[in-house]
Amino acid sequence: MTKHLISITDYSKEDYMRIMELAADFEANPNQNLLDGKVVASMFFEPSTRTRLSFETAISRLGGRIIGFTDSSSSSVTKGETLHDTIKMVSGYADMIVMRHPLEGSARYASEVSDVPVINAGDGANQHPTQTLLDLYSIYKTQGTLDNQNIFMVGDLKYGRTVHSLLMAMSQFENPIFNFIAPKELEMPKEYKQYLDSKGIKYYEHSEFTDIISEADIVYMTRVQRERFSDPIEYEKVKNVYILRNSMLENTKENMRILHPLPRVNEIHVDVDPNPKAYYFDQALNGMYTREAIIAHTLGLK
Amino acid sequence: MTKKKLKVSAINEGTVIDQIPAKSLFKVIDILKLDQSTSQVTFGTNLESEKLGHKAIIKVADLFFEDEVVNKIALIAPHAKLNIIKDYEVVEKRTVEIPERIEGIVKCFNPKCITHTEHMPTQFTVISNEPLEIKCHYCEKHMSKDQIEML
Ligand SMILES: [Zn+2]
Repeated sequence: MTKHLISITDYSKEDYMRIMELAADFEANPNQNLLDGKVVASMFFEPSTRTRLSFETAISRLGGRIIGFTDSSSSSVTKGETLHDTIKMVSGYADMIVMRHPLEGSARYASEVSDVPVINAGDGANQHPTQTLLDLYSIYKTQGTLDNQNIFMVGDLKYGRTVHSLLMAMSQFENPIFNFIAPKELEMPKEYKQYLDSKGIKYYEHSEFTDIISEADIVYMTRVQRERFSDPIEYEKVKNVYILRNSMLENTKENMRILHPLPRVNEIHVDVDPNPKAYYFDQALNGMYTREAIIAHTLGLK
Repeated sequence: MTKKKLKVSAINEGTVIDQIPAKSLFKVIDILKLDQSTSQVTFGTNLESEKLGHKAIIKVADLFFEDEVVNKIALIAPHAKLNIIKDYEVVEKRTVEIPERIEGIVKCFNPKCITHTEHMPTQFTVISNEPLEIKCHYCEKHMSKDQIEML
């Protein structure tokens, strides 16, 4: 069976651990000619420079060749070709497909049409599993384990797909604790809380962002976006409440690290950047090693 | 079972589907493709029902349904009762069950779902029966009973 990566739940705990191992291996030795003679299609139906460069660098460092497009205006999609036909054609050319698409479920559908493995680089607001795996690698690298982590998630927990996927993935490990800090309008959806309940995993909800983060091993920050609020007055009320400032880090644990999927707006004050606990720029770099690991794992190259 | 009732439009052999919510009658006809059937089909609607308020009933001569087919109506007629008739007698009674997978009947409520733009059948898995909750196989969004719309 062809191995795809569409949703974070497509991977088992064993897959996660294998990716951690491989990512560490690629970090120690990023240039490995494993994709020699192979062609990877990089199909970005909507632009995402950050994710695309990370993937394409990973492919290049593995010695692979890249075909594809960087947004749908330069592809046959504008001529009205269906996703089905585009994927059918490209899966004939390439050994693997990396795709980003604005419609939700597009990557799952592509994996059912394609003869070669598909890696989802984001399908609308649905899934972005390579982001989650790089988040896991960042936790693994800084904490030395994925077990016994107290994770604080801050900001938009309702629409933030990265926090949902991270919650699902971390729930596979021993004894996680979650703390959710969000305004009422953007709290963690009930289906995720029910999932934690069903697994007997502890979680706490807070609407105030205070010194409770002193317990945290990981503080995962997200953007609070104006367009998420039905009432603009509500946005004005909360927009400056969920900002992390350096002064708030005084009583936090030594091992604590701050993660953010980037780009940030104002939710992490720049005075945090020089603090050794600020990890978000290293996190982005970890993405390239993690994507090398995902490609190698998907094609069974290591 | 009241033989008298069945005699109103008695069928020799076939299937009687009872306890259909009146508003779902034509959808049931559609799902079971009775509009394309060459069998004799009779139906009554807006009949009094203690359970449903207004119910509908369909009688199809010489036609018997596979479970797989009839379970497709479970989403819109969860209390439907099937009477299998042979030689004017009810020989078997069946109820409908919501299948684990629902293919091609329900529309995904997420406007950004790929199923709206590609020529492809929709697919859902049932997360819970009571209250009904289903999940789109593609966009992974959960829909509750009042969000479910038929294609
Ligand atoms: Zn959908």
